[in-house]
Amino acid sequence: MESPTTQNEVQFSEAAMAEIRRYISHYPAERKKSAILPVLHIAQAEFGGWVSPQVQEKVAEILDIQPIEVFEVASFYTMFNLKPVGKHVLEVCRTGPCMLRGADGLIEHLENRLGCHVGKTSPDGLFTLKTVECLAACGMGPMLQIREKYYENLDPQKMDQLLNDLSKA
Amino acid sequence: MAKITFDGIEVEVEDGTSILNAARKIGGKIVPPAMCYYKPLAGSGGKCRVCLVKVTQGSAKDPRPMPKLVASCVTPVQDGMVVENTLSPQVLEARKGVVEMLLINHPLDCPVCDQAGECDLQNLSYEHGTSGTRYEEERRTFDKVDIGPLIQLHMTRCILCYRCVYTADQITDKRVHGILGRGDAAEIGTYIENVIDNDFSGNVIDVCPVGALTDKTFRFKNRVWFTKPVDAHRDCPKCSGKVVLWNRGSDVLRVTARKNEYGEVVEFICNECRFDKKEVSDWIIDGPRHIARASVISANHYELPVVNPQIIADLPESTTKELNLLPRPF
Amino acid sequence: MGLKILTEHINVPGIDTLETYRKLGGYRSVEKALKTMTPDEVVEEVKKSGLRGRGGAGFPTGLKWSFLAKPEGKPRYLVCNADESEPGTFKDRVLMEKIPHALIEGMITSSYALGARTSYIYIRGELMFVLRILEKAIAECYAAGLLGENILGSGYSLDLHVHPGGGAYICGEETALLESLEGKRGNPRNKPPFPAVWGLYGCPTVVNNVESIATVPWIVNNTGEEYAKIGVGRSTGTKLISAGGHINNPGVYEIELGLPVEEFLFSDEYCGGIWKGRKFKAIVAGGSSVPILPGELFLKTAEGTPRLMTYESLSEGGFVSGTMLGSGGFIVMDDTTCIVRNTWNFSRFYHHESCGQCSPCREGTGWMEKILHRLEHGHGHMHDIDLLVNVSKQIEGNTICPLGDAAAWPVASAVRHFRDEFEWHVKHPEKATAAGAVYSGAEDLAFA
Ligand SMILES: Cc1cc2nc3c(=O)[nH]c(=O)nc-3n(C[C@H](O)[C@H](O)[C@H](O)COP(=O)(O)O)c2cc1C
Ligand code: SF4
Ligand code: SF4
Ligand code: FES
Ligand code: FES
Repeated sequence: MESPTTQNEVQFSEAAMAEIRRYISHYPAERKKSAILPVLHIAQAEFGGWVSPQVQEKVAEILDIQPIEVFEVASFYTMFNLKPVGKHVLEVCRTGPCMLRGADGLIEHLENRLGCHVGKTSPDGLFTLKTVECLAACGMGPMLQIREKYYENLDPQKMDQLLNDLSKA
Repeated sequence: MAKITFDGIEVEVEDGTSILNAARKIGGKIVPPAMCYYKPLAGSGGKCRVCLVKVTQGSAKDPRPMPKLVASCVTPVQDGMVVENTLSPQVLEARKGVVEMLLINHPLDCPVCDQAGECDLQNLSYEHGTSGTRYEEERRTFDKVDIGPLIQLHMTRCILCYRCVYTADQITDKRVHGILGRGDAAEIGTYIENVIDNDFSGNVIDVCPVGALTDKTFRFKNRVWFTKPVDAHRDCPKCSGKVVLWNRGSDVLRVTARKNEYGEVVEFICNECRFDKKEVSDWIIDGPRHIARASVISANHYELPVVNPQIIADLPESTTKELNLLPRPF
Repeated sequence: MGLKILTEHINVPGIDTLETYRKLGGYRSVEKALKTMTPDEVVEEVKKSGLRGRGGAGFPTGLKWSFLAKPEGKPRYLVCNADESEPGTFKDRVLMEKIPHALIEGMITSSYALGARTSYIYIRGELMFVLRILEKAIAECYAAGLLGENILGSGYSLDLHVHPGGGAYICGEETALLESLEGKRGNPRNKPPFPAVWGLYGCPTVVNNVESIATVPWIVNNTGEEYAKIGVGRSTGTKLISAGGHINNPGVYEIELGLPVEEFLFSDEYCGGIWKGRKFKAIVAGGSSVPILPGELFLKTAEGTPRLMTYESLSEGGFVSGTMLGSGGFIVMDDTTCIVRNTWNFSRFYHHESCGQCSPCREGTGWMEKILHRLEHGHGHMHDIDLLVNVSKQIEGNTICPLGDAAAWPVASAVRHFRDEFEWHVKHPEKATAAGAVYSGAEDLAFA
């Protein structure tokens, strides 16, 4: 079977390539594979919040490794989205300490507000709702992460405000 | 050199030898089972945990016992070490627990599995399992997939021993399959539909301890114990050409590599020998193969402690009769 | 107010900059160690301090350092474990976010002691914003000659890099962390060999927690002997506690080890007592992996001795009636908490985070979660409770890495201390699944 990829579809920006080279320089020359997680993060930010098989193949090419080595890694770590996502990915902590402070209620509120279940994207394509495990913010729960930002001590009012702001952005 | 005592028997081995290999040097009933360790594959072992043993004395220098059971396949011996396997009720109990874990997500479809009769898991559960299962939940299932025209993957049966991954890494020049996902959602796969296509790729079938990777060219799929294994060889430019033919009458149903008493391939064979040479005239017969191992096949009986009753119920009566496998209450 | 070694200046504006940090005495330990001490002398001070690893296991840091193999011709590495993912724990994040230089100073001084020329900080990928704070601080250090070639003219050179993870609790386990840093799946390694001999890229490596490393500068500046005077017995020094759950003042607190737990939990200086005027039901005191304790067994041991915040005092009573200090993550539960639900939640966490390499953990964590899910949702049977404990025993001690134990202990201890509550779920499924319903004591069972 032919690989579904046309490699030239996937092109990192010059800024992203510079960042990738910077990371690669952190490891011994023969250990380029070490940069796989940082490079996948850069790729995910660069290509719409997820890493398609084509993007993963490109990462393999950059790091001189077999594509399966990237697939194995990308599917092990939960931060990498292997399917397309909405414009904003809401990652709500569901673990014990946050649950004690009301995470269940927050998740339910979000499902109602967005009209989609956990793991799905809202019908307007704006929000993907994910639950994640403890994000090291337990004292400030309930909380969620959007891209690189944490939003802590949330309640339904604050959540609605945040959703409104994001919808406009 | 290091001298150790294993189940009361002394043995002397090279420094750095694993406890398991020291036990194998003694041989016989005291050797711990191994589902993931595979001597020809570097880095294998440590995962399935069926080879757990108890170290009651760490070494001559530091005689303290080890606090936990250890995986004998990856724990090196120390001079003066004392190890218990069959002598330790704790070990036998823990092993029973591990076998149960290996079986909870296994389909127990042995009566219809190609591997039946030469399956390490079947042997293991026969020797170390308990009867019945306490697992009430739904089992994990996957669809069968063809990884190219020669190999079929039945992931539902996989025990994630990683042997096929190490084989592809170490025997072939380009690995295209691997372990995807994690935890109990981990699976063997190629991610992008891909063909395992390489002169030596067929060896993944031989290293698989269960019926998860099977030979698609295996003709008239048959219970292994109705076939007659013979050693044979041919002059092969790619590999040693030393194989086992599994015949029925004058038909070659299947070709595999030769394995030692621990189920380990002695010499990996190429795909041409395995998949393309299906005539007896392709081969020079060396003589009958002796299955040295105490396996279900060599013991020539087939009684599993745990079999999914639904699967037996679904079999045609002729098969259950032939296999002497009438449904039993569990 | 107890002594603050790590957090004294945490609220000083600008403490995240090199200028302010140095003005307040930062990087003195680098000057002192690199210019006036041999690496072995630094190791010796850390040994004398009695500092114990703050990542959870509490292994003496100086001793760990002294095990580092030093073969010719191989580099040695120091890797900081900033993967902080143990539920209930958020101290490392707060420290790095607020005072990034505290960790960096510790990394330089510790790397010097261990003879590392390249060191890494492995930070969980979700904390990308903290990674950026650290990278900014590291850039400041390179510019100021505190990193790179010939640091402060001492002849010692060090490169320091931050490496993001990708979302996997198991990468906090030190050998999984090293695999991950090598660009692989986070599968823990079989030990031996230990990282001190075979670590990153097959070279001798020390892995230490953020807090452990950040403590080293104070020890170098003030001597190990002085550090050892703080605390009680073998629990020396101060410790960061992440306090969360049902308390009035959640947050990170630096305490002197030896503080009475009652004071920590109830005084306004720290947790400020149980929120909403409710009663104290239970606590998980060292991050989610340690055994849960009912409130009264936490405040006082089974013998009635008031407990102290020390490794020894919290573990008094062993698995029967004690727990562990672990990573210092306090998860406090009030009397409206459903223990079954909480246990199910934790066990879902371990199921989700198992790397899947070894069969008891891969299969057993999922099995436990399913049984607990059944119990919590009113479909459980009485025999499920014993089955649960039995499955946990089949995992415990039989796995490659301690995640298996970490999954087993919370379950076994919850059943040990709150069995009646599990039974109540079986006997009264309709009550147990009603919104907000919580088992409130033995009288509930009397009507069974
Ligand atoms: C499953 C698991 C998760 C762990 N997570 C962390 C962690 O997030 N941070 C940490 O410092 N140590 C963690 N540890 C402990 C590390 O393996 C290691 O003991 C520690 O980093 C050593 O540093 P220390 O001696 O300074 O504590 C974890 C251990 C296990 C088994
Ligand atoms: S397919 Fe077979 S060889 Fe490969 S991991 Fe699964 S059980 Fe092991
Ligand atoms: S105990 Fe669990 S997390 Fe640790 S190696 Fe085994 S499967 Fe992986
Ligand atoms: S439990 Fe939600 S951040 Fe820790
Ligand atoms: S054979 Fe030793 S752990 Fe699998």
